[in-house]
Amino acid sequence: MSAGKGATVQDPPVKPVKGRGPTFVTRFLESRHLGWAGLAIGLLAPFVIATPYAMDVMTSAVVFVMLAVGLNIVVGYCGLLDLGYAAFFAVGAYTSGVLSTELKIPLLATVPAVIVVTVLAGVIIGGPTLRLRSDYLAIVTLGFGEIIRITANNLSITGGPSGIYGIPGLFGDATSSQVVFYYAVLLIVAAAVLLAARLGRSRIGRAWRFVREDEDAAEAMGINTYKVKLAAYIAGAIWGGLAGVLFAAQLSAISPASFTFLQSALVLMAVVLGGMGSTPGVVLGAIVISLLPEVLRGLADYRFFAFGVLLIIVMIARPQGLWPHRSRER
Amino acid sequence: MSQLIWNGLFVGSFYALVALGYSMVYGIIKLLNFAHGDLYMLGAFSGFAMLGAMGGLVKSSSLVALFVVLILTMVATGLSGVVIERVAYRPLRGAPRLSLLITAVGASFALEYGTRIVAGPNPKVYQVRLDGTALHVLGALITWQQLALMAVSIVLMVALNLLITRTRQGRAMRAIALDPKACLLMGIDVDKVISRTFFIGSALAGAAGVMAGGYYGKIDFLMGFIIGLKAFTAAVIGGIGNIPGTMLGGLLLGLLESFGTHFVGGQWRDVFAFGFLILFLTVRPTGLLGERVTERV
Repeated sequence: MSAGKGATVQDPPVKPVKGRGPTFVTRFLESRHLGWAGLAIGLLAPFVIATPYAMDVMTSAVVFVMLAVGLNIVVGYCGLLDLGYAAFFAVGAYTSGVLSTELKIPLLATVPAVIVVTVLAGVIIGGPTLRLRSDYLAIVTLGFGEIIRITANNLSITGGPSGIYGIPGLFGDATSSQVVFYYAVLLIVAAAVLLAARLGRSRIGRAWRFVREDEDAAEAMGINTYKVKLAAYIAGAIWGGLAGVLFAAQLSAISPASFTFLQSALVLMAVVLGGMGSTPGVVLGAIVISLLPEVLRGLADYRFFAFGVLLIIVMIARPQGLWPHRSRER
Repeated sequence: MSQLIWNGLFVGSFYALVALGYSMVYGIIKLLNFAHGDLYMLGAFSGFAMLGAMGGLVKSSSLVALFVVLILTMVATGLSGVVIERVAYRPLRGAPRLSLLITAVGASFALEYGTRIVAGPNPKVYQVRLDGTALHVLGALITWQQLALMAVSIVLMVALNLLITRTRQGRAMRAIALDPKACLLMGIDVDKVISRTFFIGSALAGAAGVMAGGYYGKIDFLMGFIIGLKAFTAAVIGGIGNIPGTMLGGLLLGLLESFGTHFVGGQWRDVFAFGFLILFLTVRPTGLLGERVTERV
């Protein structure tokens, strides 16, 4: 447990033991085909249960996975704590909601605008703060989350406290069936998860991990840490914004109450619980966090208290999460 | 005009009290204690519980009762701060900073929703409401209660400053802020001093909580969230880790908000404050009185 400076996710010590490879479980957990298996489970789920309630819960869970994977880029890969992630979620949802209802265009057509706006928001917030110590980022993002929520609450174009309603579906038809919508969301999110995982293994992904492990060493090796951190922050912003589009499409109505600090904290919880920097872990964490309230309806009062305590316990007892990332570079 | 200044200074003294705890903890172990705002909330609630227990006594002499409750609450929140440090932060000393920040978020969450379980989700109305006859000073309306609360804040801040600059204990704190490892070698019980720092900071936040409860009259379990952010803003404006700077920052933020509310509108008050935080971090991240910190590898 005595982690070195900046070592957020510890790799297990590698001992070359002759005649014993990784165990079956390890090999199973690291299998590259696991992602496809997960997608298959997602695709087959509606055949098992397809009540409107179940479809709604499943769609929400998948959108939540998108959020968690996006936050994982910032927190998991790059080690920057973003406590206002719901702000990007809100920016995406509101941008697409306002554009689609004002211009009467399908939500998918608003995606380029959403990306532009979220990148802009990411630069505005990340630009000044990423030059500072990373803990400043945490609190500035916290403030940013509040700014966005209060702004949405007070502007007339965002509909004030009652929000925007009557948002058309993804393809411009609000009437399309739930199952079709679920499959559309599932495929989009699967692509996003795959992309995030590939990003994590790319050149810039290695730079992110390096910055997370030891920022000074990274800088000494010629990595422009500021640019690399900003890139992670912006990537996270885009993922969050796109998740917001899906959210707006699912509910067809958005209001500031959906984008509180609680939402940001839940996404963070999913990332920490699953394992920071580990794509399968984060996906699992997101599914657990989003389905848990449905299972434990009766314990609603204790839920968030338990989440808080769990955050502390996970960080003390198992900082690498339930399903930690294992580095392939040895 | 003078009313705006007075309101700003009054609210600012609350901010300064809460910000001091932030600043002390940050100065000594470089941790942003997210749970700090919730200790303010906890102070308000424990004050509420104590006033409820005192019952009839309260009605006759509200200001005296509030003062007694204030002292007791400071002890209670101070101890809570120590417990939080012991349970959530000490096991992670030496762990990466990200882990500490995340446990701090967890502690904040646990405090908020723990209070919600105990006290219920609905806002509570304080038994003591401090609104009295107003004085006219240079065109501003000032109540005696405001003056009393302001005086308490000032006394607490002066006492804190004396403690830090004049006593052995304060010297130990300043030493740890400079170099914890060397302090260990010099025979300072670092853990104990950190515990005491948490006690003092949390007690100040608790005091602010009781005073805010008595002044605004309504408390709820999420009241610490915004004030925590504001206190951080105040600490950044003044220079985090710097005690006089933090006090200055609190007052300044109060003034800024007071004027901002007047000119931009009340619903934008929080946006105004946080916008200012971001602006300040861009232009002068070390704060007004903070020193430039060079990070050594």
